[in-house]
Amino acid sequence: MTAPADATAHNAPPPALAVRGLTKSFGGLRVTKNVDLAVAPGERRLIIGPNGAGKTTLFNLITGEIALDSGAIIFNGADITRQPSRRRAHLGLARTYQIITLFARDTILRNVTLALLGLSDLRWNPFIALDRQRHLVDAARAALARVGLDHLADRPLAQTSYGERRRVEIAMALAQNPKVLLLDEPFAGLSLDERRDVQKLLMGIPRDVTIVMIEHDMDVALEFAERITLLHFGEVIVEGSRAEVVADPRTREVYLGH
Amino acid sequence: MTGGTARLAAIAVATLLLATLPAWVANTYYVNIASQIMVFAVFALALNVLVGYGGLVSLGHAGLFAIAGYTAALLMEAGHGHLVADLAGLAAVLVASAAFAVLSLRATGIGFLMITLALGQIVWGIAYRWAGLTHGDNGVNVAGRPAIFGLSLASSNAFYYATLVVFMIAIAAMALFVRSPFGASLRGTRDQPRRMNALGYNVWLIRFVAFLFSGFWTGVSGLLFIYYNQFVSPQVASLQQSAEGLLMVISGGSATLLGPIVGSAIVVIMKNVVSAYVERWNMALGIIFVLIIIFMPEGLVPGSVRLWKLAWQGSRRQPTAPPAPAALKEQRP
Repeated sequence: MTAPADATAHNAPPPALAVRGLTKSFGGLRVTKNVDLAVAPGERRLIIGPNGAGKTTLFNLITGEIALDSGAIIFNGADITRQPSRRRAHLGLARTYQIITLFARDTILRNVTLALLGLSDLRWNPFIALDRQRHLVDAARAALARVGLDHLADRPLAQTSYGERRRVEIAMALAQNPKVLLLDEPFAGLSLDERRDVQKLLMGIPRDVTIVMIEHDMDVALEFAERITLLHFGEVIVEGSRAEVVADPRTREVYLGH
Repeated sequence: MTGGTARLAAIAVATLLLATLPAWVANTYYVNIASQIMVFAVFALALNVLVGYGGLVSLGHAGLFAIAGYTAALLMEAGHGHLVADLAGLAAVLVASAAFAVLSLRATGIGFLMITLALGQIVWGIAYRWAGLTHGDNGVNVAGRPAIFGLSLASSNAFYYATLVVFMIAIAAMALFVRSPFGASLRGTRDQPRRMNALGYNVWLIRFVAFLFSGFWTGVSGLLFIYYNQFVSPQVASLQQSAEGLLMVISGGSATLLGPIVGSAIVVIMKNVVSAYVERWNMALGIIFVLIIIFMPEGLVPGSVRLWKLAWQGSRRQPTAPPAPAALKEQRP
């Protein structure tokens, strides 16, 4: 591990998200091998690696959508290794999906409202009309305004473009007001203009949100990230500041060199 | 809002027609058919909660229907009053629904269907073979219908009105449920269970509660049924009964409020009215279902709405709106 000595020297606060010795196998295939990760509060962390490096699996393990084999996940100092996925959402962990995972039969607004409802006690109420819950609907519209989609709020999701759906994904995660936000390839499949919009949007997220991002597009991702972790065959190969990782010969060998 | 006004007007007209039905039908036979349609509409509405909104296709609901009916019928036979028997029937169906749910919600899709099918067959087996408890094939007689506030439900018209009240309450409950946050949660678990979990929802518990809600109204329809027939036999717990309920939901249009009611009307009318004229009415029913599936796979109600909109657009000769990108396509530049 090439963590620089000064990373912990200036009396750093406990990490917002830490992963220790995380291991996962699918049958005989070890997709995550003893991964250690510590992301400081407010940090922008980029996770890179070739296809099949285990990046999305790492996210699925952190959110609890896949059960881990061994290791521990610490969230704001609390051990959440045994917590179910839904509890982690309530603690302040939100994510987006690389393969868009939205409610195709509903409107954009309803998609984001569902994200808000998930953290609200109202979700069990069978007697009131969801559309009349002003605070939920207004908050959903506000989240859509943040990603520049408020004018399309009432459009059925089936009638939206791919770029708009990517932004709905981000709006749903932001609506939950997370402490830690996991972004799985938020730029995938976007046009240049859309990329710039999403980049501006991500840059505008306040520092009380810690962001971990998987991304292949180095142009936008490098600008965003402060620290970079390089995964290869499920292992952390290089970790450090942007400059260190880009300069590291192993990075060139595994990833940038092609 | 003209759409809202039209909707209110339609509801008012339908309520008026139903409330005056015994007067303009003026034939006990057809009044009884209308009562039957409403009894099975409640059953289909209950099943639709799981099938339509939960995406969980159950083939065991006849078992729940029968548990409520048998419990009440046997208690009445043992000398208990209507109130005790009916409340016990509802309690029994809730307990049974909880047991069904715990066992069947270990799976979704075809696994869920097979487990509910097996559970329903167990209930049928008990009704048919445990003669000491259920009198087997002989069934259980229900001595009489209750009197509500001193009004006897013995006549066809009185029973029709009592059923109408329960039917309306069931529709109101379903309409509330569909628009509610809980209804939205259930539909979310149908469309994206994994995302729902990551968004903070307890997917299993949402499905469990929905199963209880569905089971409760299935029990209500079971009670209405035994009072209508004044007799309950293993026939009501049969697989055919479950399948008919499913056909009502699917043919009328699952995940709609009106669909299960229309489906119930089709099945009951085919069984009772058409069978008087056509000997092979079962075949006719089958042909109707095949035609529905071919021409309106989404069900009669949504299918008719679609045709209506097409006809409306065609009559106005407007260029159609640009086609929407229907499928989620991943486009990488």
